[in-house]
Amino acid sequence: MTRLHGSFLTFAATLALGLGAGAGGALAASSIVIGLQQEPTNLDPTADATASIDGMLTQNVYESLTIVSESGEVLPALAESWTVSEDGLVYTFNLVQGAKYHDGTDFDSADVVFAFSRAMAEDSVNPSKSIFKPIDTVTAPDAHTVVITLTRKDAFFLFNMAQGDASIVAEESADGNNATPVGTGPFKFDGWTRGDRLTLVKNSDWRGAGDVALDKVEFRFISDAAAATAAMMSEELDAYPAFPAPELLPQFEADPRFKVEVGSTEGEVILAMNNSKPPFDNVEVRRAISYAINRDEIIDGAMYGQALPIGSFYPPHGPAYVDLTGLYPHDAEKAKAMFEEAGVAGTTMTLRVPPFPYATRSAEIIQAELADAGVDVKVENVEWGFWIDEIYKKKNYDMTIIAHTAPNDMGNFARGPGYFYGYDDATFTALWDEIQTEADPDKRNDLLKKGQEYLADQAVHGFLFQMPRLSVLKTGVDGFWASAPVLYQPLAGVSVN
Amino acid sequence: MTYYLARRMLSFALTLFAVSIVVFAAMNVLPGDPALTILGLDATEDALAALREQLGLNAPLVTRYFLWVGHALTGDFGVSHSFGVPVSELIGERLPLTVSLALSGIVLTVVLALALGVGAAANHGKAGDWGVMFLSQIGIAIPAFWLSMLLVILFAVKLRWFPPGGFPGWGEPLDAMRSLVLPTVALALVQSAVLARVTRSSVLEVMRQDYVRTARATGFSHRRVLWLHVLPNALVPIVTIVGMQFAALVTGTIVIENVFYLPGLGRLIFQSISNRDLPTVQALVMLFAAIVVTANFVVDLVYVLIDPRLKSRA
Repeated sequence: MTRLHGSFLTFAATLALGLGAGAGGALAASSIVIGLQQEPTNLDPTADATASIDGMLTQNVYESLTIVSESGEVLPALAESWTVSEDGLVYTFNLVQGAKYHDGTDFDSADVVFAFSRAMAEDSVNPSKSIFKPIDTVTAPDAHTVVITLTRKDAFFLFNMAQGDASIVAEESADGNNATPVGTGPFKFDGWTRGDRLTLVKNSDWRGAGDVALDKVEFRFISDAAAATAAMMSEELDAYPAFPAPELLPQFEADPRFKVEVGSTEGEVILAMNNSKPPFDNVEVRRAISYAINRDEIIDGAMYGQALPIGSFYPPHGPAYVDLTGLYPHDAEKAKAMFEEAGVAGTTMTLRVPPFPYATRSAEIIQAELADAGVDVKVENVEWGFWIDEIYKKKNYDMTIIAHTAPNDMGNFARGPGYFYGYDDATFTALWDEIQTEADPDKRNDLLKKGQEYLADQAVHGFLFQMPRLSVLKTGVDGFWASAPVLYQPLAGVSVN
Repeated sequence: MTYYLARRMLSFALTLFAVSIVVFAAMNVLPGDPALTILGLDATEDALAALREQLGLNAPLVTRYFLWVGHALTGDFGVSHSFGVPVSELIGERLPLTVSLALSGIVLTVVLALALGVGAAANHGKAGDWGVMFLSQIGIAIPAFWLSMLLVILFAVKLRWFPPGGFPGWGEPLDAMRSLVLPTVALALVQSAVLARVTRSSVLEVMRQDYVRTARATGFSHRRVLWLHVLPNALVPIVTIVGMQFAALVTGTIVIENVFYLPGLGRLIFQSISNRDLPTVQALVMLFAAIVVTANFVVDLVYVLIDPRLKSRA
């Protein structure tokens, strides 16, 4: 990995020296070629968690009852309006009329009932089955109305219903969605050459088709950062919306053919500690680690300065954010004294790191910082499948570095001792129950602030930085979201000039 | 000859049998959970259980092995866990590209290596010889992925003669061939550096033999002696290396296809291992093993063709 990283830098330097010429290739104004790092193996977001399925298809081919805007607001989609009962338990959705699936079948309330029953069924393989857990019944009083009754209040319900996991798929086509997706959205699936590209074409029957600028969308799967750079530089691609290598951005910034956008994501990057295992069950040891780490140094070294520090588990762009980055100011001497007090000075801790550049680079810096505070860290780079099995499933680790990319995921700390945090705290679990069921946004934000403060005080993990969203776009490409509050990117508003 | 062929076929079958046990065991003891990989970190326990049942992961290991081998013998490699389509379909889509790449790679390797190797030997001790030796030393030392990046920077980004990667499909034959040029060169340059050195020393050794001097003495031209009398007799070690290189080229496509984002088998195996897509990985490893064993078999047959003395021994 180190070797590959070195070669990227060489490559970047060569590009910076050698280029800048090259005429802009002409492009039909109504089509776009978008680079993606990860290729999914399945095109059904209700059966596979791969983020790029949502990135390409959710709210483009598939639609849900609701949709989230760039600012995180929940807006109407297949439900054109809705009402919520006084007690917060009954949601009545009024569906759009006259919508059709891409295979020509009609969309109505029976499709909604089918999609929810499928996701909630005993043999369901929905990757976010838990978001359907609060649902008691889903009924369709008429063809254009759906009533959903909950067993408990759920503050995130409308937001969750806007996700790809809650796509309204049709009974006629659901089984084939893994290879030929059929939805109601602004774009129709056109073709998929596995390993190479996936294409969409405009759905002129869509209710808002008049405002859709693109006729054709082509996604190209290019995982290697250097290859992605070459593809952008040679203008094979018009956009690379989640560019994986911050170190390669300066050459795009310096080139008038391109623009670089830096936004935020819902991904909190943490130095996770196994709270069920000594010495990490000792809050003083966890606090000492928090004092030992220097976020600015980590962000400069691992992200080339392109990220915001976090002091707890909540994104800086969120409405309930409190800045807690000053709670444990970097102080190696203090950390050292605390480690000595706790009897862990001079011991060795293991840091098992998944194969993502942000993680492997952060690990090396954290290793040096903890060494300054008198603790030896052994860094083990592990492959992703190994990480899932050994760390996530079996909790066989001391520390690891990982980005938690889901929105509203503070509930991870209420998942009990079985979750890989090994964190079991009745106080926080009670607080999370309150947050989940508080329907008033202001009160909920107050509770979320309390949650952030509590987690920071307990130093459950080392809270490092918010994962940025780095987009490289050709000049003239407009409408891409700078920030990503959800996993999808609606293309209905994207244009190429 | 029949006995020889039968023996080779038996060893072919035994090799594949051994590979099947190794790959099955390796993929199943390797840490990783196909269901968790597919459903992600937020999956609930009952969704994971439902998927494991669907994928048939709950049967005992030995039962699964024999089921897999039994089906494979009838040509059924099962359904990919992650793609949800038959593995044979996935392989069928991608085989033509990888085969084209490996074949064009081996042709370019052989042409370059013979030209350079024989040329160097003919100019033994002169500047041309030193030049070839120097360049081939560099060629051996350069990793293929790094060379690929240099080629992309020069020929795709700067000069724009070739695309930086991707494959438009054989429906557009000219564009398809253009997109294979850089990957072929990246694959072949390193391999031809090795082969050029072997060719040079093998040709030099034959050139020292008496019959060569005799041929020259009878008045044949230098060139004619070199290509018609020396080279055929220097071929045995060259063919041995070519056989080994074909295997290296086929596996080398894994790196090259990832750098040039080509939809071939190399990229498929890479993706399938990360996804813990057991049926696909197992089938691909079996296929790669079969290709390597077949290449060795072909080399043995070629020995007999180029050196009739081996026929009696076979």
